[in-house]
Amino acid sequence: MATRAPATARVRRRGSTRGGETAAGWLFVAPALVIVGVFLIAPILLALFVSFTDWNGRNSPLFNDRVDVVGLENYQAITTDDRLTRDLFGRALRNNLFYVLLVVPLQTALSLFLAVQVNRRLLKAKGFFRTAFYFPSVTSSIAITGVFLFLFQASGAVNAVLAWLQVDGPNWMADPRGVVHVLVGALGGGQPGGWGEPGFLGQSAWEWAAGPSVAQLVLIVMAVFTTSGTFMLLFLAGLQSVGAEIGEAAIMDGASPRQAFFGVTLPMLRPVLFTVLTLGLIGTWQVFDQVYLTRGTPAAATLTSPAYMAYDQAFTENEPGIAAAIAFVLFLIIIAFSLLQRFVLRDRDEPAKPFWRRRPRTIASADGGVAQGTARLRAGPTQKGVGG
Amino acid sequence: MKQRITAGLVAGYVVLILLAVAYLYPFLISVASSFKTDGEAVAQPLSLIPETPTFAAYERLFTGTDIGLWGVNSVIVTLCVTLGRVFFDSLAGYALSRLRFRGRSWVFGLFIGVMAVPTVVLMVPRFLVLKELSLYDSYAGMIIPLLADAAGIFIMKQFFDSIPVSIEEAARIDGAGVFRTFWSVTLPMAAPALVTLTILSFQGSWNEFAHFVVSRQSPELNTLTTGVASLVSGQLGSGSQFPLKLAAAVLMTIPVAIVFFIFQRRIMSTTEGAEKG
Repeated sequence: MATRAPATARVRRRGSTRGGETAAGWLFVAPALVIVGVFLIAPILLALFVSFTDWNGRNSPLFNDRVDVVGLENYQAITTDDRLTRDLFGRALRNNLFYVLLVVPLQTALSLFLAVQVNRRLLKAKGFFRTAFYFPSVTSSIAITGVFLFLFQASGAVNAVLAWLQVDGPNWMADPRGVVHVLVGALGGGQPGGWGEPGFLGQSAWEWAAGPSVAQLVLIVMAVFTTSGTFMLLFLAGLQSVGAEIGEAAIMDGASPRQAFFGVTLPMLRPVLFTVLTLGLIGTWQVFDQVYLTRGTPAAATLTSPAYMAYDQAFTENEPGIAAAIAFVLFLIIIAFSLLQRFVLRDRDEPAKPFWRRRPRTIASADGGVAQGTARLRAGPTQKGVGG
Repeated sequence: MKQRITAGLVAGYVVLILLAVAYLYPFLISVASSFKTDGEAVAQPLSLIPETPTFAAYERLFTGTDIGLWGVNSVIVTLCVTLGRVFFDSLAGYALSRLRFRGRSWVFGLFIGVMAVPTVVLMVPRFLVLKELSLYDSYAGMIIPLLADAAGIFIMKQFFDSIPVSIEEAARIDGAGVFRTFWSVTLPMAAPALVTLTILSFQGSWNEFAHFVVSRQSPELNTLTTGVASLVSGQLGSGSQFPLKLAAAVLMTIPVAIVFFIFQRRIMSTTEGAEKG
């Protein structure tokens, strides 16, 4: 049908289909391009503009006499101004940082462990185990949060299990104490002198050192629970493409199974590790659903994230400018962490290019893994992954 | 040597079984507790068999909330998004894989770049654009922005790359147009990738939450995710009502669970797309 477009008729008469392909090519990508343009690129540009204005959310931000460009004021409001908004942002950033620092290593280690276990040749009921570990990844974050709030209530299933082990479980969701504070307190320590002064982003050093709150541990466990299956599949694919022979050869040569895994197999999984860490970092910095659902719980102030605060500023505080500014700061944070992670995992054998230009060794497989993982993560709970 | 391997194997099984229990038990307790009374759900949090089984939670769910309407909305949105996504993603993936047109690498680069934009960052910006276009608080505003996604396009392009060109060349020589070749020759061969994309799109749109929080406000447009979210976050008033919340969680999980168990092997196939190296 596209080949009948008049613009291409002349070319076709000369016996070439190239012109037809040009029209068809653009026609084929047009729907996706329009959606990406209107609902991805236009929003970014509009939000960038709004983040520099004092628009109050009424009427349109465009062609509106009451909307003034205020320069960096919205960005200052969340970073340097000594105001509540800045303190809320500092707190959200701090909470999210604890979340990232715990979830990413835990989900990566657990999913790698699960992948290695279910990849064992002698294992019976492989299918059952893979199904069990992956099932949480297909459920919705709303359902899972409902289930976890039930499991972690004061007299819930988790505390019942802890009671068997003679452990007196906390009232999880009502406990805003940071775990580091709890540990210091248990050892008889207290807040060091001078640590209470308001510091970076309005948070004192003592608050920056608090660690995740007991309530946030619930969200952390939930994130690991719901993503480890997806990442297990990515690692499993990697393990299967590496093959068992190489590790076995190393064992024949006298290496212990542990040495063979860490010395031979793991380095070959670097592209997958790169994918998993990237998706993990991007996903955990975007935590929203669970924060939204727990916004009414007693320890909610220790659960906030920049993503949730942006929503709150736009929809309940009528501060779309500040919301947009938070969104862009969050974007920068995610880019910075991705670059940092790329730098840490860089291939030290190839020093030719600067690290940010270097792609993981097998570029096609790494990007394929990212696409596959993204689609899977977006289909499941907790992590929104990347994409439009 | 033999002895050590056996001991290791047993230990491995014990660890795996404990982990599998930890992964599955939460779901089993949820189903069981949705048939308990409010009191028993709190008093007996670990039991898998209700002492006095009751449908009370389900009755209250259907009489006291609009869960039926939420379900209908979820079905409408999920159907439209899944069909649209599979069609538009394969069209774009095919063009990027097969058709030579000026600007192709530019378009491909754009899609790859777009994949890196975190969706949560887009929540508020998307709301702004939906308002500008007067699509806010409508089915159109809930559906259209989700109709294509860069990751799906990439998956389809990768799959088309792996199909030999020779077959469609024969069709083209026989005079079939570009769309006809795509639709009748190449697309059927991409069935495995289409199934994968359909399942992932179905799960993704069924479970979507953040977009429906910012693209609508009318209660009549609640989907299961936003509707059940209002139950879970405690907008019900009196008491914790765990059986009711768990009943809602169980009901909304059933469709994805069914699809998962039917297409298990395809969903958990690790050989396709993920790693071709």
